[in-house]
Order: sequence, then structure tokens, then C-alpha cells
Amino acid sequence: MTASDYLAALLLISGAVFFLAGTLGLLRFPDVYTRLHALTKADNVGLGLVVIGLAIQAESLAAVGKLLLIWLLVLLAGASVSYLVARGALHKGIRLWKR
Amino acid sequence: MEALGLLQWCLDGLLGLGLLWLAWRALACSDLFKAVVLFIAFGLLMALAWVRLEAPDIALAEAAIGAGLTGALLLSALARLRAIQANGTIVIPAQQAAKVQLSRWLAGTILLSAAIGLGYAITSLPPEAAGLSAEVTANLAASGVGNPVTAVLLNFRAYDTLLEMAVLLLALLAVWSLDGLPTAEAAAGPVLDTLARLLTPVLILVAAYLLWVGADAPGGAFQAGSVLGAAGVLLLLAGWRLQPSLAQLPLRLALVAGSGTFVVIALLTLLSTGRLLAFPPAQAGTLILILEAVATVSIGVTLAALFLAAPPGHKEKL
Repeated sequence: MTASDYLAALLLISGAVFFLAGTLGLLRFPDVYTRLHALTKADNVGLGLVVIGLAIQAESLAAVGKLLLIWLLVLLAGASVSYLVARGALHKGIRLWKR
Repeated sequence: MEALGLLQWCLDGLLGLGLLWLAWRALACSDLFKAVVLFIAFGLLMALAWVRLEAPDIALAEAAIGAGLTGALLLSALARLRAIQANGTIVIPAQQAAKVQLSRWLAGTILLSAAIGLGYAITSLPPEAAGLSAEVTANLAASGVGNPVTAVLLNFRAYDTLLEMAVLLLALLAVWSLDGLPTAEAAAGPVLDTLARLLTPVLILVAAYLLWVGADAPGGAFQAGSVLGAAGVLLLLAGWRLQPSLAQLPLRLALVAGSGTFVVIALLTLLSTGRLLAFPPAQAGTLILILEAVATVSIGVTLAALFLAAPPGHKEKL
């Protein structure tokens, strides 16, 4: 294994950790708003780390471009959809969680 | 390599069990919204299963149509159902418990016998079968495309695809003939508006890419058409409507263009080669590209129109 392999593995594993944390948050957080918060961390940072890890090992620049495009699209969709879900929940009258 | 094989085996096993569990939950769930969400999750896992079976063409179609567009259609149907129930115009009769039990037992028996029959058929298959892939590979040069899946769908068995186009059109006609469906309007808001504006050009580009790449790699008319349909659904959700001048004849032309071109080319090949949809190898590539391009537009427009349900410009009665 070369240095770039180790770097890629490190990035992929850190990405997986973010996904795990996001999933835990989705399952354990008390209301829809905090769950969305946990979920977007997994999507944005976790997927970003996975994409960078895969891009290091990509065979061509075109593949790197496609990976980055996937990340950008997920960022855009994730941010917009979580806003829409939160707004829908607020309109429905779901209260913010307070300790 | 031993550990990797075991890991893959575990992954496939989890995937299979997850599919069964999601299917059961989607069917048994009494909350319809939950059931639809479970169905969408089922479609996404199913796409993963197709990837594991090395069938990327079907995986693309399953993710785009099975999970994405069918999910959107089910959600919009659910919203309409709630609007109808809130209006009190349609009262869904409460079925008698005994009747429900009987129909469940009946459906269960039929499904179980089908499952036993399928299981028997699978176990009696020879473990290593060549199938028709050797023949497809041998004739690939004459098909005009480099992707065996596209060669089968648009050349060797183009007849099937012609019928699929007709089925899609029929489905839309059936939906349009349901008069007086309530439309579930929601305020779009700036975020959805911006998202639709940003994504629509990207989706059109992706559809064109999928259409073009379908000649040599996974992709093709149905995948491209469903991406186009998704763009349409996004625009409709953001409150966009077709201009009244385009909603009548131009829309209907776009809807029938795919099936129409198929029929015209079928007649031309019948006259020139004596057989239905038998493309001459020299022109096959061009013919397939024309067919797929027109079919993509028709599929996209049909799927978006299915989502809107009532024909554009139609006065809602409720």
C-alpha cells in the first residue's frame, strides 16, 4: 500500500464515521428538526470525505469530475429538502423540542 | 480474498433480508404515508440489488422510475386522497372484516403457490446456462449499437419496447379520463423555486447524456426519459405550468411522438425489408438514435403529465 492508499482509506473511514453518527442521530434525536440536523451532517461532510477518498484513487480526471458533481448535487438536494421538510413540519404545528 | 468474499456474501444477505423486511412493512403498515416511504426505500435497495447482480441498466431504471417517479406519483395520489376525504365527497366504504380475511387468505394462497412454482423452476434450472447472451454478442455488430441491453431493447426485441410505449400512453389516457380529480396545491416558496431553476438544466443535460451513452454503456431511452420526467415533476412542484398555447396540440404531439415514430419506422421496415422492425444493419444505429431520442421526450412528458394527473388547462371541478 502506498501513501495515497492510506490517505484514501483514512478519508473513507472518516466518512463512514460521519454516516454512522448521522444514523445514530436520526434514530436517537428527539424531534424532526434535530434529526434533520444530524442527517445533513452525514450527507454533506460524510459524503464529501467519501468522495475525496474515492477521487484520490480515481482512474481519470473525468471520474473525479463526476464524483464531485455527485457531491454538489447531493449538497444542493440535501440542503433544499431538509429545509422543505422542516418548513412542512413547522406549518403542521410541530413544536421545537425543548429540554 | 476469502474475507472479501465473506463480506460480500454478508452484504448480499443483508440486502436480501432488508428487501423482504421493507416489502413486508410496506404492505402491513396501516399508515399509508409510512407505507409509501417504505416503498421508496424498497425501490432504492432494489436498485442496489440490481447493481450487485451486475445489471446496471435495470438498476438505473429501478432507481429513477421504481423508487423516484413511482414514489412521487404515490405521494401525490396520497395528497389527493386526503383532499377527497377532507372534502367528504367520496366515502370509502368500510369493508366487512370477514370479506377482508377471505381476500387475504385467497391472495396469500395464490402468492404462496406462485412462490413454490418459482422456487421449483429456479431449482430445476441448470446451474450454468449460457442463455441467449452468446447470440446477442454474435449479432451485436449488426445491431448498430455497442451496448447489448440497448441492442436487445431497441433492435432484436424492439417490438417489446413499442408495446411498452403504448402501455405508458394508455396509462396516461386512463388517468386523464378520471374526471374531477382534486389538485393538491402547495405554496412553492423560494427554496424549491431556486432548486427547480438550478436542477432543470442539469437534469436535461443528464437525460441527453444517458440517451447518448445508452448506445455503448448502461443508459437509454427509459432512463433518460425518467430523468426528464423528474425534471417535469420538480417544475410542477415548484408551481410551473405549461403555457395554454402549448397545452393542447403541442403537448399531445409530444405525448404520442414516441409511439408514433415507432409505428412509422415499423411500417417503413415492413415495406422495405418485409419484416416488422427489422432494421437494415447499415442504418440501424441512426434509426435507434432517432427512436430513442423521440421516445425519451415522450416518456419524459408522459411521466410528468401522469404526475399532474388532469390534462393541463382542465378546469378542476372540486
